[in-house]
Amino acid sequence: MTAVAAGPRTWKRRHLLDVDQLTRPELEAILDEAAELRKQRANAELDEAARRLRGHTVGLAFYEPSTRTRVSFELAARELGATVVHLSVAGSSVVKGESLIDSMLTLERAGVHTVVLRHAAAGAPYLVARATGLRVLNAGDGAHAHPTQALLDALTLREALGGSLEGRTIAIVGDVAHSRVARSNLHALTRLGARVVLGGPPSWVVGFHAWPGVRVAAGLQDALHDAEAVMTLRVQLERIGGDGVGSLREYTRRWGLDEERMSWARPGAPILHPGPTNEGIELTAELAAGERSLIGRQVSNGVAVRMAVLPHLAAEVDR
Amino acid sequence: MTSRFGALTDAPASFLLAGVRAVDPAAGSDTVRDLAVVDGRIVNGAGVPEGIPRLDGHGLVVAPGFCDLHAHLREPGMEGAETIASGSRAAAHGGFTTVCAMPNTDPPLDEAARVAWIVSLARDASARVRVVAAVTHGRVGEALTDVGELTANGAVAFSDDGAAIPTARLARSALLGIGPLGVPLIEHAEDPTLASGTLMRSGPVATRLGLAGWPPSAELVIVERDIALAEETGGRLHLTHLSTAAALDAVRRAKDRGVRVTCDVTPHHLAMSDAWVAGDRAFSWEAQSDVASDPFGQPVDAQVAFDGACRVNPPLPAREDALAVLRGLADGSIDAIATDHAPHPPERTLVEFAEAAPGMIGLETALSIGLAAVDAGCLSLAALLTALSTGPAALIGEERGLGPGTSADMVVFDPSGRWRVDRDTLASRSANTPLLGRGLPGVVRLTVADGRVMFDEGLGLLV
Repeated sequence: MTAVAAGPRTWKRRHLLDVDQLTRPELEAILDEAAELRKQRANAELDEAARRLRGHTVGLAFYEPSTRTRVSFELAARELGATVVHLSVAGSSVVKGESLIDSMLTLERAGVHTVVLRHAAAGAPYLVARATGLRVLNAGDGAHAHPTQALLDALTLREALGGSLEGRTIAIVGDVAHSRVARSNLHALTRLGARVVLGGPPSWVVGFHAWPGVRVAAGLQDALHDAEAVMTLRVQLERIGGDGVGSLREYTRRWGLDEERMSWARPGAPILHPGPTNEGIELTAELAAGERSLIGRQVSNGVAVRMAVLPHLAAEVDR
Repeated sequence: MTSRFGALTDAPASFLLAGVRAVDPAAGSDTVRDLAVVDGRIVNGAGVPEGIPRLDGHGLVVAPGFCDLHAHLREPGMEGAETIASGSRAAAHGGFTTVCAMPNTDPPLDEAARVAWIVSLARDASARVRVVAAVTHGRVGEALTDVGELTANGAVAFSDDGAAIPTARLARSALLGIGPLGVPLIEHAEDPTLASGTLMRSGPVATRLGLAGWPPSAELVIVERDIALAEETGGRLHLTHLSTAAALDAVRRAKDRGVRVTCDVTPHHLAMSDAWVAGDRAFSWEAQSDVASDPFGQPVDAQVAFDGACRVNPPLPAREDALAVLRGLADGSIDAIATDHAPHPPERTLVEFAEAAPGMIGLETALSIGLAAVDAGCLSLAALLTALSTGPAALIGEERGLGPGTSADMVVFDPSGRWRVDRDTLASRSANTPLLGRGLPGVVRLTVADGRVMFDEGLGLLV
């Protein structure tokens, strides 16, 4: 990749639909910005100048349940001085059968500038981006993408591994096939120069061997071998039984992480999880709460990353 | 130029088409000549009276009228998407003189009175509308319909299209029951247990997009099952919209053994691939686009990715499968091109990909897609026109040809003309196709069915 003078100010896009839109310099720039914002926020240094979204309205449209993503987007938007409105699906016209486009057009006509959309259907944010005048920030679409999660994971990994991810080996373990977090991380991590090793039951990693920069491991020990950090994914309980994994016990026995198995990884390798965790299934409670765990850091980085991203979408029009 | 539509109830036409390239698959001929139609019949040059309209046919091609074995005309029940009238005009605009209406209407075409009603409704249509009746009551895959009575009332084939016959036992009964009537069972070969919940063809693009992948085995297991049943019963099996090389190979082997099996392919399964869901718009025979050649590394085109118009059943194939069925068409292993014309209103396609109604319109773009393949050197013009006209017509007992004395049934098109697919140029009530806005080769100038002008693009025969 050639060095491009793509500073934060040149990162202007109307939408953030997936990490695949971003070049490596753009990724690095946004992570630098997020790191700076994180520091300022921790030191209570965010002043009026940080309120870059004054006069801007951000709509949070979460068609699926979410705690950390929704809360961190709301906090980020408020820290930036934006007005925040919620489309709470349960209490909206959605339950009367209103289409996604109609609901989004309603938000637009009501004065929303940027919509943060979480939806069960892969591609839903692309539809909204095409069919409305809203700026669209994908907060998770089906099994397809979750770009800000990948950015906050990259920021967390960069901090933990002491800088660049170039040449670093990251293991991702679990239900990769149904995971938007995994897909966006594959884009982000490989673009930042990391090697990714995937581990999981065969039907949950099928097809991913073809992803450049990605290796599918034969078993957990193979997946963790050489890993400098390990990300494990949430097991969706409804996938158990008919989808290539017989039982939770079977999953945990073969793929569950505990302190002993973490010794297969590089010494001190940290562990990440996008949350919410199923403790005792993907990883032990001790591991989730222990020294290796970056799960709490991921959440606080989530606010910083979302603070870094939101103004770029607004900037596309307003500056 | 103005385009106009005629009807089967119009008076027979008379005209002379001078210096036209006549491609007649029935006669195996391809010659430049004058072709005269007098009172709806093709006549020899000697018998042409003075004073009939004389049209300049230079640069134009005339071929027997096209026959579509597979179209959804949506009447009754979904008239907002299409009607017999609008669907027959779309057929005429595409050069089709026969269009077979599939029975998945509301209510379905599973009773003789409903079939007879469609036949009467279509009497003044702009194409012959033939009815494919449901093979099971309510299309629910439990009990066979009254196939003899349905045939007597006009059904030319049977199908539960939209789904395969769910059990081997029922498929066997259907083949046994229909066999003596001399009409085919048209099977939508897709195993519901493998296909259910899937949204696009399995492969790197599905993996990248996070859309549940349809395995090619979903098609193959039903194709193999039905071939075994056709072989055992002697029934006539027609497999529609084949989309995989493996299924095509199974058909080839069965044909070699003498099984009474035929098959068709849609234009979109020839020309488009699974990468279209990620925003690719290159035809299968064209150089691969970025997202097709590197499905993981390239950004998807946000302006077109996840377009609901690209959701079809069976799903758009892997590129190598599209090229395999294209070769099957070229070598005659595939008997026909069928459009699977599936109109939907915008509220069914401008939605989340997973919510989109499967299917795209096809009657008006079939010839153009085929000509694009011909222009690319992948298909001969004769093979294309055979697959659009005499091939499918023979499967429902219709004759086609440009010989003297026959009732005029033909399409005249300009192979070097181009047109743009958009709402204003389409005769269909619906515009759900990923080709919207695209320029395509091949402009139909005249369609004549049963000696009557059904469609006229600026030739002045309809005023």
